[in-house]
Amino acid sequence: MTIEDIIKPENLVYKKPDIMNDRPMHYCPGCSHGVVHKLIAEVLEEMGVVEDTIGITPVGCAVFAYNYLDIDWEEAAHGRAPAMAVAIKRLRPNKLVFTYQGDGDLAAIGTAETIHACNRGDSITIIFINNGIYGMTGGQMAPTTLEGMKTATCPYGRNTKLNGYPLKITNLLKELDGTCYVTRQSVHTAAAVRKAKKAIRKAFENNLNQKGVSVVEIVSTCNSGWKLTPEKANEWMEQNMFPAYPLGDLKDTTGDSQTK
Amino acid sequence: MSEEIKLMKGNEAIAHAAIRCGCDGYFGYPITPQSEVLETLMEIEPWKTTGMNVLQAESEIAAINMVYGGAGTGKKVLTSSSSPGVSLKQEGISYLAGAELPALIVNVMRGGPGLGTIQPSQADYFQTVKGGGHGDYRLIALAPASVQEMADFVGLAFDLAFKYRNPAIILADGVIGQMMEKVVLPPFKPRRTDEEIEKECPWAAVGKKKNRERNVITSLELDPAVMEERNNHLQRKYKTIEENEVRYEEYMCEDAEYLFVAFGSSARICQKAVELARAQGIKVGLLRPITLWPFPTKAIAKYADQVKSMLSVELNAGQMVEDIRLAVNGKVKVEHFGRLGGIVYTPDEIIEAMKAKIM
Repeated sequence: MTIEDIIKPENLVYKKPDIMNDRPMHYCPGCSHGVVHKLIAEVLEEMGVVEDTIGITPVGCAVFAYNYLDIDWEEAAHGRAPAMAVAIKRLRPNKLVFTYQGDGDLAAIGTAETIHACNRGDSITIIFINNGIYGMTGGQMAPTTLEGMKTATCPYGRNTKLNGYPLKITNLLKELDGTCYVTRQSVHTAAAVRKAKKAIRKAFENNLNQKGVSVVEIVSTCNSGWKLTPEKANEWMEQNMFPAYPLGDLKDTTGDSQTK
Repeated sequence: MSEEIKLMKGNEAIAHAAIRCGCDGYFGYPITPQSEVLETLMEIEPWKTTGMNVLQAESEIAAINMVYGGAGTGKKVLTSSSSPGVSLKQEGISYLAGAELPALIVNVMRGGPGLGTIQPSQADYFQTVKGGGHGDYRLIALAPASVQEMADFVGLAFDLAFKYRNPAIILADGVIGQMMEKVVLPPFKPRRTDEEIEKECPWAAVGKKKNRERNVITSLELDPAVMEERNNHLQRKYKTIEENEVRYEEYMCEDAEYLFVAFGSSARICQKAVELARAQGIKVGLLRPITLWPFPTKAIAKYADQVKSMLSVELNAGQMVEDIRLAVNGKVKVEHFGRLGGIVYTPDEIIEAMKAKIM
């Protein structure tokens, strides 16, 4: 008996997006990446733009995103995805061009590329996963690591005298004239997932409507790096990350603002 | 119709040739002595005619990654810079080689190390032909010796880059970039349509169609067995290029008893030195590598059976001389003559060096 025999079409209320490959993800249980990947897949399918999408993967945990979504991809050097996206959009203006980047990639090594892409204003989308830590290399301090937060390279907690302050880069990006939509979302509850999906959809629509740069920050969990269970990680994120990185739209020059 | 002869700088010739050979995009950052490439393109505004994009990037790093991004979609794209800027591009160049992307880099060399000098030099030979970036890779390296070759090599470099899915580099120097000469520009060739690109580059990331697997432009592979095979594939490709794409020029070599080996602007000066030396009764010839990689190893080895000795004339402290010595494998004496710091030798200085070092 196949799944199609069990679930009759009229009873189907939910299914995996077609462009999500049947490949086990390497992400840790409870990690936000898998949910965000699925949202991107759903939005691309619902918009009917799979054949016109070029994604750019970062260096970091999401480096293998190209294994999970069945679209054309380019894999960037660490931090350089926005520069690549700008060139691709200039050369192929009718494509939906997006980058998928973590906090180290976007806000440390790639800060220059991020700022200048956002200032130049080409219609690209940046999906920014902010979990305040370097996941893939084993939990080192990120630019967005909170004050006092422990990581492998600030084992006694981030000391601002030693390490500077958490970089709220999305707040900077909203000030740049090239961005049209800057929002901060999360995917830790069903309601949050629905809002994040709307934000991604809006960002992708801006992309095709040539409105400018859209930045969707997803404040995310890193259970392994934070050394917390998925459930505890969600609680810790609400209590600690959200006060520093409050959710909601930071900028929307395209029309209706969605959430506060 | 008669040929249209123009007078221009080598850097300007690069810009004109890029537009004419159907280039889709240029991404660069100003640096002396190559800024005229970007300036010329911005003045011509080719996006209004051929549709070619031109963008001044925020850094050389961004520029080479723009090239990487564009090349990954099958477009014909280039960047240009000078030595310190090309050092910054090495990360991206290694990624281009690893992901097997066709693209063109132009290096109008200046003296180093560090910030060095804005005067001409050929001290980036090692960087160009021995790696520069990380990993086992090769660039197809063309060394122009005239403004005409600056123009001609743009199209040639792109042809080779696309033929082998490999980045190519034009290694010029401040002399060739800045000097004005007459040049016949190549004829206009239309940019390829998106359909033509998809046919020529079925690997390109252009948006996944239902009838094919997704295209992923990447140099990453964590399975050692697969990664070794990828590396072996690259090495096999490099061997094919070495067998088929060596280019060099010989000048008065038939009866030569001594041989100059020189590329780029040095070869131009050596040509004069050959003439002056022959007027003194010294039978010397010049072998000019046009491709620095693949290097004309066999051609040079052949002359080891004919000449008494060789002099590698380079505007550096002795780089190409190592490859010449490898080629002759101890059969004849090979010495180096160079000037550093942006000083360019005269033909007479080269003859004096020949007499002192190899006669």
